Amino acid sequence: MSGKKRIRVLIAKPGLDSHDRGAKVVARALRDAGMEVIYTGLRQTPEQIAETALQEDVDVVGLSILSGAHKTLFPRIMQLLKQKGLADVMVFAGGIIPEEDVPDLKKLGLKEIFGPGTPTGTIIKYVSDNVCK
Amino acid sequence: MFDERELRRMKQERQRWEQTTLPNWLRLSEERKTEFHNHSGMPIKCVYTPEDIANMDYMRDIGFPGEYPFLRGVHATMHRGRLWTMRMFSGFGTAAQTNQRFKYLLKEGETGLSTAFDYPTIMGYDSDHAMALGEVGICGVAVASLRDMETLFDGIPLDKVTTSMTINGPAPILLGMYVAVGDQQGVPRERLGGTTQNDNLKEFFAQKLCIYPPKPSVKLTTDVIEYCARHLPKWNPVSISGYHIREAGANAVQELAFTIYDGISYVESTLERGLKVDDFAHRLSFFFASHNDFFEEIAKFRAARRLWARIMRERFHAKNPRSMWMRMHVQTSGCTLTAQQPHINIVRTTIQALAAVLGGTQSLHTNSYDEALCLPGEDAVRVALRTQQIIAHESGATHTVDSAGGSFFLEELTNEMEQKAVEYIQKVDDMGGAIAAIEKGFFQKEIADSAYKYQREIEEKKRTIVGVNDFKTEEAECPIELSRVDPNVGNDQLAGLQKLKRERDNRKVKDALERLHYSAEKDVNLMPVIVDAVKAYATLGEMSEVLRRVYGEYKELIVI
Repeated sequence: MSGKKRIRVLIAKPGLDSHDRGAKVVARALRDAGMEVIYTGLRQTPEQIAETALQEDVDVVGLSILSGAHKTLFPRIMQLLKQKGLADVMVFAGGIIPEEDVPDLKKLGLKEIFGPGTPTGTIIKYVSDNVCK
Repeated sequence: MFDERELRRMKQERQRWEQTTLPNWLRLSEERKTEFHNHSGMPIKCVYTPEDIANMDYMRDIGFPGEYPFLRGVHATMHRGRLWTMRMFSGFGTAAQTNQRFKYLLKEGETGLSTAFDYPTIMGYDSDHAMALGEVGICGVAVASLRDMETLFDGIPLDKVTTSMTINGPAPILLGMYVAVGDQQGVPRERLGGTTQNDNLKEFFAQKLCIYPPKPSVKLTTDVIEYCARHLPKWNPVSISGYHIREAGANAVQELAFTIYDGISYVESTLERGLKVDDFAHRLSFFFASHNDFFEEIAKFRAARRLWARIMRERFHAKNPRSMWMRMHVQTSGCTLTAQQPHINIVRTTIQALAAVLGGTQSLHTNSYDEALCLPGEDAVRVALRTQQIIAHESGATHTVDSAGGSFFLEELTNEMEQKAVEYIQKVDDMGGAIAAIEKGFFQKEIADSAYKYQREIEEKKRTIVGVNDFKTEEAECPIELSRVDPNVGNDQLAGLQKLKRERDNRKVKDALERLHYSAEKDVNLMPVIVDAVKAYATLGEMSEVLRRVYGEYKELIVI
């Protein structure tokens, strides 16, 4: 091994909502922590997100959604990632996601859901600790 | 404002105080921080005196309410005469459900309506569009056609209530629907009152719900301004919005400066249509956020009013004082709400609302305490509305005009806010205007940097957020009941849309859409053809699709 490979993260905004403040702050914090970060921009379909994850060969996908459509869109994204052979990509999410939805989302394979007020340091540590490189 | 000799004496006394009294106190106990700053990063001094505002001229810079430069308020009696409009932003599910919420709020003492549309409507998609998957009726009410609009305002007389609509790209279409409902109710168009947000510029760097590229977007905004100036004299065609700029991460100065710049841009685009400034400027309205820093916010509202008045008089040579009025709606800041200990949001909202009232707002929305978690439930909305009613009727804050004015600190802060905003305006002028600045990513970068800085301050504990980085409690579960939108809303909406498409005269729709296409290519004001298309029951999605074909779609410039 010649040095550690940098973790590659895709920060993606599914759904129609345009609240990108959180997604951008997290993207920048992960980048400042030494990771390679790709940010999709707003209003990405599940198909676009899965395709970008594949093309960019990422280790991690972070989904940000505040529109309430997570229960419709996340299952589709997880399914498409698996279809593309990306089952080992770690997926986490943030935004306005009610606590009671979290168990179902974790059953889909999402590793962690970060609610409002989460310090970026917590997310950085979680990603670093849980991605096997 | 102060006598020269008096000022000299104050200076001597201040120096003496700084050398004697102050050091004694600092020896006993140091200040809690080495530096105090507001949200915009301005250093705040220990104490302010007349020296800080020695250059002010009372009549030039402060004056009387209802008179230029309107620092103290646009009306002479302000809230002694008329309270602000209590206007709660609401909308979810189907038009019928939101109609019920409107009636509930009016019964509880709300004095104006404010409509939240769902994301598909905002983006110009009908409920059956692929992009609408999972979003129909979730974050607002789904309105696809005039039929939904008829249901939304069923039993609500449009000559008795004013309605604000948070809609931008499709603003001409929603205004067309409102006009059509007014026509059905027999309300003369000159009595139709309300506001369309219709501020497309800020979409490109703040709210980011853009459909078309910047130039056609500004064209549509201007179509509405022009149409209203000619046909809807009581309608505010645009609500020039700082709220979203602030929520996206800007500080107070940036919010102030960028909002005013957007206002300047719309005045220019409307003048290009051949209207005179005094024909339309009195109907331009504004929308700001009220964030946590109490005095900074009051200063911002006051500075905004004075700066706008000066710009209208000096830059655009307005003659009618009403053209110089900045009338504003304020919303307490959603991004300050915490998911942790949600009930404490009531206190934050109260402080923010009081700042808006002391800042002289004409209209106010107070957020509900549960909004960091879900759409507001009925109980939470009632508390938010009651907050305004307590300020209005119990606090005494409305007994005199501009009651915070005259504070050395507040006046100095107001001056500094205005000065810093003027510097930004100069910068954007030098770049070639708002669209050029958007294309360079200037606003986007400024806002992203401020958002990141704010988050860093929280994480480094330079900024305390109660319940988030200090004064935390061990809460196992969410202590409040979350409101949820019925998941069947999408199906109901879809069924309604299919029924409409079967029942309407589809030949008439086709003709209307063709006329819209033709008019869009010819670059004429689209409002008249849109009103016709609306009345033929063409859908919002169909009309937006025509405009997408003509104008193209905006591709986001990503700035992190």
